[in-house]
Amino acid sequence: MLAAIGAIIGRDLRLALRQGLDSLLAVVFFVLACVLFPFGVGPAPETLARIAAGVLWVAALLAALLSLERLFQADYEDGSLDLLALGPAPLPAIAAAKIAAHWLTTAVPLIAAAPVLALILNLPPAAFSSLVLALVLGTPTLSLIGGVGAALVLGARRGGVLLALLVLPLYIPVLIFGVAAVGASQIGLAAQPHLFMLTALLLVALVLAPWAAGAALRQALD
Amino acid sequence: MRALVNPTFVMRWSTRAAPWLGGLTLLLVAAGLYLALIASPPDYQQGDSVRIMYVHVPAAWMALFCYTCMAAASAAGLVWRSPIADLAAQATAPVGAAFTFIALVTGSLWGKPMWGTWWVWDARLTSVLILQFLYFGFIALSHAFDDPARGQRAAAVLALVGFVNVPIIKFSVDWWSTLHQPASVVRLDGPSIHPSMLAPLLVMAIAFTCYYVWLLLVRLQSEILNGKIRALRLRQAHG
Repeated sequence: MLAAIGAIIGRDLRLALRQGLDSLLAVVFFVLACVLFPFGVGPAPETLARIAAGVLWVAALLAALLSLERLFQADYEDGSLDLLALGPAPLPAIAAAKIAAHWLTTAVPLIAAAPVLALILNLPPAAFSSLVLALVLGTPTLSLIGGVGAALVLGARRGGVLLALLVLPLYIPVLIFGVAAVGASQIGLAAQPHLFMLTALLLVALVLAPWAAGAALRQALD
Repeated sequence: MRALVNPTFVMRWSTRAAPWLGGLTLLLVAAGLYLALIASPPDYQQGDSVRIMYVHVPAAWMALFCYTCMAAASAAGLVWRSPIADLAAQATAPVGAAFTFIALVTGSLWGKPMWGTWWVWDARLTSVLILQFLYFGFIALSHAFDDPARGQRAAAVLALVGFVNVPIIKFSVDWWSTLHQPASVVRLDGPSIHPSMLAPLLVMAIAFTCYYVWLLLVRLQSEILNGKIRALRLRQAHG
């Protein structure tokens, strides 16, 4: 089973590398969305510093959402999902592997881009480490919850809008604690309690989300 | 178990029970409104605006109760492949969404005179808002597929995933002590609310529950009839 999971992750990574631009689009969206804010609220450094954490998190969340729709869609349409389901790995494991690949191809570039964007949004340097840590702990949860949503809307009409309606409300807890972690270290408090909460959310999602996504895939393949 | 699989049994049983439930609902609402608006005393601090509570609190309880019923029915539908359970979840969703909306609106109307604001981003308010979106997501997802059965099963999975929100709503006032007051009726050490206000509150809560069950039966009947009509039309079309 582990070999099958590894093979799926490897295949998705190779696909993402060879299609190049597709997985970069999420990062480009992330950068552009963040860059819009200084024009929207004015370039005053102290205003930007106050909203930087929230802007970065909301933009990262929307960028993750944007890339979710094709998580299972292509495999569902060309039939490779049926083939995978016939293989030795159970559906929750397949879902977990696809979600892991999604995190590696979209969230890791976002995390890499975040400090640069934090710099131009004038986030105090003291908060950089907790921003990156919070993103490292929070974005896998986003991918896991999003994986459930993406599996649920397979074959639906207007799947993209529907996906946003299903997934965004469930993203709110991650957003709250992610922003709180950065905000706490910005005013000199410990970010740890919020990081622990993010870890707890991640662990819960890690246990439950692959099963839910697997169940949703089973409904889609019936 | 027969109720889970046999539409004829459900039809027969619910056509018999629905009128009684309807009558009981009307009686209880009348009694509850009399107790709440006329017989109960105004609050010593809040004055007459405390009467919003007799709609707000039962509506909020029903929002959670309906979601719990919806999740339970969804689980039954997924586990036993029971069409009646799927229909019950479908029939519950709009009712629960309406109760959630009523709870949010009455809470907002109550918040303006008491807290001085229509809305705060308090943990209880935020989690109930999420509940509202979960109801909307459930309804949208179940209608998003050409095959209704597929939509119902996808929505059932969503209902189970969203159930994590229910305990969060219940305990949000204990975990984060923000503006919304903590539980004052369902507590280990007994209700902290005076009996003269507790009685109308409970009557209204029972009335709301009867209303939900009544509506559920009526909606189930119409869904079952709809299914029959669809089957007849299909048979006609195929000759």
